[in-house]
Parts: sequence; structure tokens; C-alpha cells
Amino acid sequence: MSSLSRDEVANLARLARIEMSEEELVNLASEFTVILEAVARVQEVAGADVAPTSHPLPLRNVFRPDVTTPSLTPEEALSGAPASEDQRFRVPQILGEEA
Amino acid sequence: MIRKSAAEMANALAQGAITSVALTQLHFNRIASVDKDVHAFLHLDTDGALAQAAAVDAKRAKGEKLSPLAGVPLALKDVLAQKGIPTTCGSKILEGWRPPYDSTVVSNLKKNDIVILGKTNMDEFAMGSSTENSAYGPTHNPWDLARIPGGSGGGSAASLAAFEAPLAIGTDTGGSIRQPAAVTGTVGVKPTYGGVSRYGLVAFSSSLDQAGPCARTVLDAALLHEAIAGHDPKDATSINAPVPQVVAAAKSADVKGMKIGVVKELNGDGYQPGVRARFEESLELLAKAGAEIVEVSCPNFEYALAAYYLIAPSEASSNLARFDAMRYGLRVGDIDGASAEEVMKLTREVGFGREVKCRIILGTYALSSGYYDAYYGSAQKVRTLITQDFTNAFAKADVLVSPTCPTTAFKIGEKSDDPLAMYLNDIATIPVNMAGIGGMSLPSGIADEDGLPVGFQIMSPVMKDERMYSVGAALEAALLGTWGAPILSKAPALGGVA
Repeated sequence: MSSLSRDEVANLARLARIEMSEEELVNLASEFTVILEAVARVQEVAGADVAPTSHPLPLRNVFRPDVTTPSLTPEEALSGAPASEDQRFRVPQILGEEA
Repeated sequence: MIRKSAAEMANALAQGAITSVALTQLHFNRIASVDKDVHAFLHLDTDGALAQAAAVDAKRAKGEKLSPLAGVPLALKDVLAQKGIPTTCGSKILEGWRPPYDSTVVSNLKKNDIVILGKTNMDEFAMGSSTENSAYGPTHNPWDLARIPGGSGGGSAASLAAFEAPLAIGTDTGGSIRQPAAVTGTVGVKPTYGGVSRYGLVAFSSSLDQAGPCARTVLDAALLHEAIAGHDPKDATSINAPVPQVVAAAKSADVKGMKIGVVKELNGDGYQPGVRARFEESLELLAKAGAEIVEVSCPNFEYALAAYYLIAPSEASSNLARFDAMRYGLRVGDIDGASAEEVMKLTREVGFGREVKCRIILGTYALSSGYYDAYYGSAQKVRTLITQDFTNAFAKADVLVSPTCPTTAFKIGEKSDDPLAMYLNDIATIPVNMAGIGGMSLPSGIADEDGLPVGFQIMSPVMKDERMYSVGAALEAALLGTWGAPILSKAPALGGVA
């Protein structure tokens, strides 16, 4: 039986960078038990002899000549930025104090 | 005029019976009178649309050669970037974002002088089957305002059924064009994967997402299909081949000698009686029109839904990592000393709705070490089996058919607490996305038990999209012969406005 505990959901939320309230964690854990049971059916037919398909098309690298083409101006690129400074995105602190 | 087809509107424009400015204004008037009840639109670009219309009229006055749909208005799903126009994907995390560029679909619409009225409502990031997951409130089905218009592209489908626009663009990851078409009595087409560029389409599940045309007739969908399709170097998964001749196929409407395969597994228990009755009738009409009806079996389709709810959330958990509060969109909790990680977590808590969070977590789980093989890996194998089922079935038939959805439109709120019941809406549409083939839904009539429209699905092999248009147009003509008037003439008036 597939199921997820509140702590497992909390760990997944941390990995996915989503803050969650205690109530949300508990609700999601019970919902996931139902969903996981349903989706686990894929294991019934996924034998070792079946090759996986990740994409409907046979993907290849697509190359193009390395030439300069028009692109966004700095103003356009920054137009949706929550904060910017001197033609750059201004972001919160990324490295810890000790770094 | 607003009740005419897009092809008829284009004809009236070409003959000078109406200007694009007047036609566009008529649609804005209609939106002003009914959209408070329907809520199909999230944003209207009145000035931009009227300027675009005036430019088309000026070109026409000068005698310039114009594309077939020049000057006809359209509603755009809010998941496609349009330069300078709010693009929210139905999410608070993108509220107020105005893309600095056009998606290729929008570039193609503009090249064809198709007038973009505004952006339509959708389930947040296209995750849903009812448009109830929009952060901006649900859209209402014009057939019954208490019911859902389907999803995720409920806004686009509702705008057509409410005569707010004659054409719309949708996107289809597991049925988000076809299921809304089915429950609103309109036509929706998911082209072959790679047939229409995904550049500027905000990604949900990259290996499944595909933009396509929504309309009120099969010919209108074909005209729009040809306007937006074609190879695009900006999308590495865009197919570099000529666009299937779908307009010619829709005009010929010829099914003589075609083999139509009924998928045994997409019918029967779980499908509403009225849905099954309309499906059987449509098969008889196609047989009368000269097609041969055969039965095919796709035994692995029963695993499609389970595989989809692993693959799509897995890809979504990766795609939606871009909403990190750094370069665009919402930023929450950016106070002195807060780390980027804290800001990202707080922003995503506030910015994402419940269903989006649920799917990101589910995808994170399916991809996590220790569970990858059992979940995502197994789902990928099911994808292979489904594709093989299609290959075998297409060896016996030129197209495959099924009801588009098991039921007609359900009530708003009816399934929102039961994710599995909600997911079942897409049981017949998901296999198409898994294999990357083409799929169409068109109205096949009204269910006796509830008076609501029913959809008929046609599936065609990769880059043989013209086949579903031949069959769709033939069925549409035969049904119109029995009805005497288009199906939407049976929909109730909205807000006292005919």
C-alpha cells in the first residue's frame, strides 16, 4: 500500500521550495494516499521488457549557425523583475553569512 | 452577425458588408453584456484589438492580399505570451506580468491579421478539467451557468458558446481543448504534437502540451489550424514538415471508403447513457456517409490515466521551478536578511493554488530517488504500451473514435473535493497526448437526460491531422441535416440577451 506521512509531505514541500501550513501538510498527506494508490497501477504492466518513452518525438539536438540576432533590451528583460538595480536583477541573499 | 461562423464573417469582410472595426466592436458589446455572467475573459485588450482591426481595414481598402481569416476576432487562452498584455496562466504568481515578447502562436495570429480580443480564463497553469482552479474565479458554462465549462481551457470554449468570439486558441495537455469543447457544444482540436510551436506557451508538461484551434465549426477550426501551424526554429520539438492540408479536408468532408475504428475500451460502463446514445447515432451517420466502421482494441488505455498523473506532475514540478520570485512575477517576504530560498518558499506558498501545489509535490515524489523507477519510470513504460496500442489500431483503421468525455458538464463545486473523480473526465482524451497524435472533439448532440451537449472524439495518426477534419466535417454536415440548425441555437439566452 502506497501512502505518505505528514513528515514525508513536509520533506517534499521543502525540496519543492513551497512553504506549507500544518493543515495543508495533513490534508495533502491524506489526499496523496488516495492518489498514489490510483497511479501505482502503472506498475502492473510496466515489465522489464518494455522500453520507456519520455517523449512522443525522436528528439535530436537542433543546431543553428552562431550568429547575432535581435534580442530583448536590458529594459525589456527587466520589465517584469520584482526588483532591479543598474540593469541587473536584484535578488535576496543567496549564500549564507559564513560563505 | 456574431452568431455566424468565422468563415462567414471573413466572407462578409471580404465583400465589404462589414468592417473589422465594426465586427470587433460587436464582439466587445456582446462581451460587455454577457461576460459578467460567463466570466470567460481575464483581460480585454479593447484598444489593441480595435487598432489591429483598423489596420486590417486599411490594408483591405488599399486592395492588399489578405489571409483567409483577416479581420476576424479571436479569444486567446491566458497561457500564451502576448507582448505587453497581461499573461497570468490563471495564477496569482504571474499577476501583473506583461511578457516582453510574443509567443509564436501570437506572432502567427498577427501575421494573419486575426484580431486578438483578450485573454481567456483557465485552470491555474492548465491543471484541471473545470476552470474552477483559476485563481481569478470560475468560468460558467453558457448552457447552464451553474455548470463548469470544462478545463483547463474553459474560458476559450465558453467565449465561443456565448458568442463572445468566433475563434479561440486553447492548449491541450490531457484534454484541455477537447473536453471544454465537448461540454460547451463547440469544436476543439489538439494538433499532432510538434505541429504548432510551443514557443511562448507557458509550459505545464512539455512532452504533452500542444496549442490548437477552438471554433464553432470544423471548417473554422481548420482555417485557424493552418494559420497557427508550421515549423518554428524557436521550438526544438517543432516538426519540420509541411502543415497537413486540413482546410481542404474540411471542405471535402469526404469519408467514402475510410475505415473508422471504434476504441472498445473508451465506451461502456462509466459513460452516461446520453453520451453513448449520441455516439452510436454518430457512427450510424458516418456509415451512411460511406465510411466503414470497425472495432479496435487498445488494452493498455486503462493505464493511461495513472501514467498521465505521474508524467504530467513530474514534468510540471520541473517546469514550475522557474517561478522562483527572482526575475519576474510575484515576490513575497523580501525583507532584510531573508534568504533567496526563504523568499522563494513564501512566494510559492502564496502564489500557487492548491491543485498546483498538489501536483508539484506529487511530481517531486514521483521523481525522487528510491521512487523514480516505480512511478515515473513505470509511467514512461506505459506510455510506450499506449503508443503501441495506437500503432496497432491505426493498422486497422484510418482514424479512431470515441466519446470525448464520459459525462456532460457537471455542476460547479460538484467534484472539487474529489481529485480522482475530477481526473476521470480526461479518461478518453489522455491517450492522444501520451502518443503525440491528433485529436478533435465536435458536438454530436444533446443528452436526453440533462439537455446538455455531448462531444464526439476523432483521433488521427501523427501528422495525418487532415483525416480527423474529413471525418469531423462529414459528421458535422450529417448532424446538421438531422438537427436543422447548429447545436448552439439550442443553448439558452444569456442574461436576457439573445
